[in-house]
Amino acid sequence: METENLFFRIFKDRLFKLVVIVFSFASSLPLLFILFYIFKNGIAVINWQFLTQLPKPVGEVGGGISNAIVGTAILIILSSICSIPLGICTGIYLSEHRTGKLSYAVRLCVEILQGMPSIVIGIIAYMWIVMPLRTFSAFSGGIALAIMMLPIIVRSTEETLKLIPDSLKEASLALGVPYYKTILKVIVPAGLSGIVTAVIISIARVAGETAPLLFTAFGNPFMNVNISKPVNALPLLIFNYAASPYPEWHALAWGASLVLAVFVLTLNFFAKMMTKKWKVQF
Amino acid sequence: MESPVLKVESFCASFGEHNVLKNITLDVTQNKLTAMMGPSGCGKTTLVRCINRMHELIPNASVSGKMLLHNEDLYAMSPIIARRKIGMVFQRPNPFPTMTIYDNVIAGYKLNGVKKSREEFDKIVEESLRRAALWDEVKNVLYRKGTFLSGGQQQRLCIARALAMRPEILLLDEPTSALDPKSTSHIEELMIELKETVTIILVTHNIAQAARTSDFTAFIYLGELVEFGPTQKLFTVPKDKRTEEYLTGKFG
Amino acid sequence: MYNTGQSAVKKTGFQLLPPAETVFRGFLYGAAVCMILLLVGIFLTLLVYSFPSIREFGLRFLYGKTWDPVTEEFGTLPILIGTIITSFLSLAISIPFSLSLSIYLGEYSTKGTVASLLQGAIELLAGIPSIIYGFWGLFILVPIVRSIETALGVPPLGVGIFASSLVLSIMIIPYSASLGREVIRLVPDELKEAAYSLGATRFEVIRKIILPYVISGITAGNLLSLGRAIGETMAVTMVIGNANFIPTSIFAPANTMASVIANEFTEATGTLYVSSLIETGLLLFIVTMIINMVGKQIIKKMSVQV
Ligand SMILES: Nc1ncnc2c1ncn2[C@@H]1O[C@H](COP(=O)(O)OP(=O)(O)OP(=O)(O)O)[C@@H](O)[C@H]1O
Ligand SMILES: [Mg+2]
Repeated sequence: METENLFFRIFKDRLFKLVVIVFSFASSLPLLFILFYIFKNGIAVINWQFLTQLPKPVGEVGGGISNAIVGTAILIILSSICSIPLGICTGIYLSEHRTGKLSYAVRLCVEILQGMPSIVIGIIAYMWIVMPLRTFSAFSGGIALAIMMLPIIVRSTEETLKLIPDSLKEASLALGVPYYKTILKVIVPAGLSGIVTAVIISIARVAGETAPLLFTAFGNPFMNVNISKPVNALPLLIFNYAASPYPEWHALAWGASLVLAVFVLTLNFFAKMMTKKWKVQF
Repeated sequence: MESPVLKVESFCASFGEHNVLKNITLDVTQNKLTAMMGPSGCGKTTLVRCINRMHELIPNASVSGKMLLHNEDLYAMSPIIARRKIGMVFQRPNPFPTMTIYDNVIAGYKLNGVKKSREEFDKIVEESLRRAALWDEVKNVLYRKGTFLSGGQQQRLCIARALAMRPEILLLDEPTSALDPKSTSHIEELMIELKETVTIILVTHNIAQAARTSDFTAFIYLGELVEFGPTQKLFTVPKDKRTEEYLTGKFG
Repeated sequence: MYNTGQSAVKKTGFQLLPPAETVFRGFLYGAAVCMILLLVGIFLTLLVYSFPSIREFGLRFLYGKTWDPVTEEFGTLPILIGTIITSFLSLAISIPFSLSLSIYLGEYSTKGTVASLLQGAIELLAGIPSIIYGFWGLFILVPIVRSIETALGVPPLGVGIFASSLVLSIMIIPYSASLGREVIRLVPDELKEAAYSLGATRFEVIRKIILPYVISGITAGNLLSLGRAIGETMAVTMVIGNANFIPTSIFAPANTMASVIANEFTEATGTLYVSSLIETGLLLFIVTMIINMVGKQIIKKMSVQV
């Protein structure tokens, strides 16, 4: 009786472990599945021409996605310009004012912004910029992406700077260094790796965003570098081509997916390396 | 006779409602080492932080009374100027982690944006490190990060950093409490050497350390200056009963 | 010799820039205030532009069964139902996987090659942009769903709620798994050891000690994942089939709040239509905000308590 019971308990233990392992590894199958298809279908179309040429009209073979690559670059630059200084300043404010009503309110707002669905941000950028200017534009897309980057940068900057010991700030102030120089030349450099990592992560995050661009950057079959005009972007191109009925365009979309995935995953990889290797010792 | 470098007159300090220093009056003599002693929480750190105006960085902190450096009111000048005239070394060594040893020494100039030629900086670095008795140990690794050094070396680096600004007074807040005995005796020797050239105010918990290094001793208890005088006298014939109790280890 | 002369201050002529100090502090303050203005601005914008629809439909917007641009009748009930079924179904599909991952990485195998490989795979999954999930779903998953539907004898559309939920569940597994792993690692070793010393098996420790201890954290993690699933736009838009009828089965095409906006916003004409879409956006914003706040609050409580 006793032994049978024990046997059953051990059996349950083993079975449970097996189930856990099976489900765990099954969860990584989609990854292999997705990466496999992206690589298989993407590699087939990727060549120099693909990266440097414009899309060709339907029916013609070949063509590339250079306009989307340039567009994505423009959008990232615009959104970085808008969000990085503002985000870092807010992060510094929060780490310098740990308590207080304003800090509390700001933290709450940033948290809500972080959870905001991207499509809603698209609506906002449309209402704020596209409507008054009466045109879709790279600029409005950049703003939408900037709103998405902001909370990531703010929170990581705050977290990073909070970890820097107060003694460092005091050492600098005691040398008669003004407060603003202490922050800019001692505190921020000490937290630089964390801040840079946050910026990279936020770029990786928005590079693949589509929803906020649907009614802002809109997409453009031509090359455009004018920020007051619509631009194409890799995710927009994938969306538009995937919805089209033409196999040539589907092929381009696979290629674009590969480019986008490699870009985003590389950024994430760099960010991870950075947190590991670039740590400042206190 | 020498005039005091620093005159503290009826000085009070508080954190919000909490009065931490009550009516402190004392004179600090040039090129002497003045020790501040007292049980934990009596306000020693607060007093030295008031001298270079670090106290006011804490929200709700306030002060009253006078603090004169060479008869110039410290609280009438910009706190930034005051801090440059009065160097401070903290309980825990805190070299700047992003800077090399060399840059750490001249951090006060670099961070303030003072331009000097390379030679001038070289001179300041060597001189300050020599004064901090660290030169021989680090002269070959000047361009490594300051955080590679041992705790005691880091603390001497911090002393060099303060000395590089050529301060009138050097404040040392329990500079050896985070260090091992060997580094401690090293720093004690250094302090005795240094007082030839700079006025030192030392906060210490360690009665023996005060006796070994200081010329004057102030005993602070619950925010009041109980007794102040030449170390020799204070240690041998304390006037106040509380001083005597403290020295004999009855409390604190 | 050093301190008898003038101090370094006078000799070197340090510059003092109190205005710079003020400007700097002003900048920080301004940036912080910007965050509040941004959020308030977003909220007000949504509210103001929703106003025509709010005035026209009132609460009917929530229970109206017709979403018809032609007759300008906008009731979001089909969309709300679509959203709820899609997101809860995806959550249900994801839970066995994410919970297993949490337990495996949080308890069975916290270090080692296998664990870090698995961990890396999850991080990669989390990093893949949602548009790629949608694209992959449309071209690879939808045909598979179609053949399942053929086998089951339902109309073989492929696109629909089921396909969306599958894609969504893949997307949220990494998120709840990493949160779950973190909370499981918070369980104090003494607690587990106490149980082991009484002769419990690992399964019993997990079931009787660990899971009760972390249940609120796991719930919060799943709540946050639900919030993500509700707010996710592109992947869903591509595979849900864009139909504004109350779904009759889990294989039916439908729309979620996010996908209806993505599908119709650029084509919407007329104030009322646009306004209804914006009100849907406002609703989406409020719902996800509440879910996120509750989830984060629970997580915060957990880490304080531990
Ligand atoms: N930042 C602060 N905010 C509020 N009160 C403080 C703060 N720092 C110190 N105090 C209070 O001021 C009093 C004196 O503190 P202080 O640090 O000067 O003591 P101390 O003599 O240096 O003690 P120790 O020997 O432990 O360093 C203490 O009662 C302490 O509680
Ligand atoms: Mg102290």
